[in-house]
Amino acid sequence: MLVIRCMIIFLVMSGPACYAAIDAYAFPNGELRVRYYDLIEQLRCPQCLNTNLAGSDAMIAQDLRREVHRMILEGQTDAEILDFMHHRYGDFVLYKPRFNSSTWILWLAPAFVFVLAIGGCLIMVRRMQNTVGGSLSDLERDRLEQLLKDET
Amino acid sequence: MMKGPGFLLPLAGFMLLVAILAVGFRLEDPHLLPSQMLDRPLPAFSLPRLSDSSKVWSEKDVYGKVRLLNVWATWCPSCVHEHPELMRISQEEDISVLGINYNDDNAKALAWLKYYGDPFDLNISDHDGQLAIDLGVYGAPETFLVDARGIIRYRHVGVLDQQVWTDVLAPIVAELNQLDREG
Repeated sequence: MLVIRCMIIFLVMSGPACYAAIDAYAFPNGELRVRYYDLIEQLRCPQCLNTNLAGSDAMIAQDLRREVHRMILEGQTDAEILDFMHHRYGDFVLYKPRFNSSTWILWLAPAFVFVLAIGGCLIMVRRMQNTVGGSLSDLERDRLEQLLKDET
Repeated sequence: MMKGPGFLLPLAGFMLLVAILAVGFRLEDPHLLPSQMLDRPLPAFSLPRLSDSSKVWSEKDVYGKVRLLNVWATWCPSCVHEHPELMRISQEEDISVLGINYNDDNAKALAWLKYYGDPFDLNISDHDGQLAIDLGVYGAPETFLVDARGIIRYRHVGVLDQQVWTDVLAPIVAELNQLDREG
């Protein structure tokens, strides 16, 4: 019951905030428009748990799209705009988080797990080779040869 | 086939994963973003007063007193919920309460204050959410404690009720007032 109630609450609350946004922002050229859409794609809406600025209709997302538009027209670079957002909203706002003391584990964990997996595979393969090559006693080997001879 | 504790490795890995996920999901409300603004000075702003839009306030006008900055709006239901506590704080506690009226309509906001009562020494009208963005605000209500030199010392996201005041804010306010008196 509780789970269902939580789901209903979640659906009701997340519905209106997460429709795609349609703003009519004007840009002097196509290049700036492309940069605008690129930026609002890669910035997360601070209020929604997993929606970018482009996909959210939350008030804060509308305000931040307006800010991105303003800064692009003012001639700021993408890096400056991302810095602006990071300064105010932290790592959360960037879909591609920066490498720092609280995010290093995100970046390094895949490589670490990969090395671990390769190491594990190597150990297993080596063990199997050892098993095949050397675990029969002399008595067993004689018996095996006997069996094979009997077959033919 | 495999000897030694090696065969326990996958199980150990699985348990580790379970532990990480359990901690990750319980650690904190994922809606609460860590505040970027702690121990930074108030961002610069220049915004009209809610009651008299010809008078402009800037961050320098906030300096000189320990302040409680409350971000509120008439469209925010939780703001009604926390309002009685703000009224109490403004009357009983040793702190100046300022309002930041966020993305709101001036006339509606003034009517709201008339209806529910006005706990604010002063309200800044942040009509476009500019100051809110500079503060890293992403909803309402939010509450900031600012020391007498204009440095942000605490941020509370969500409803400010008596328990939050007693357990969290009051000790910080006492400390900031103490520091202010010592000069």
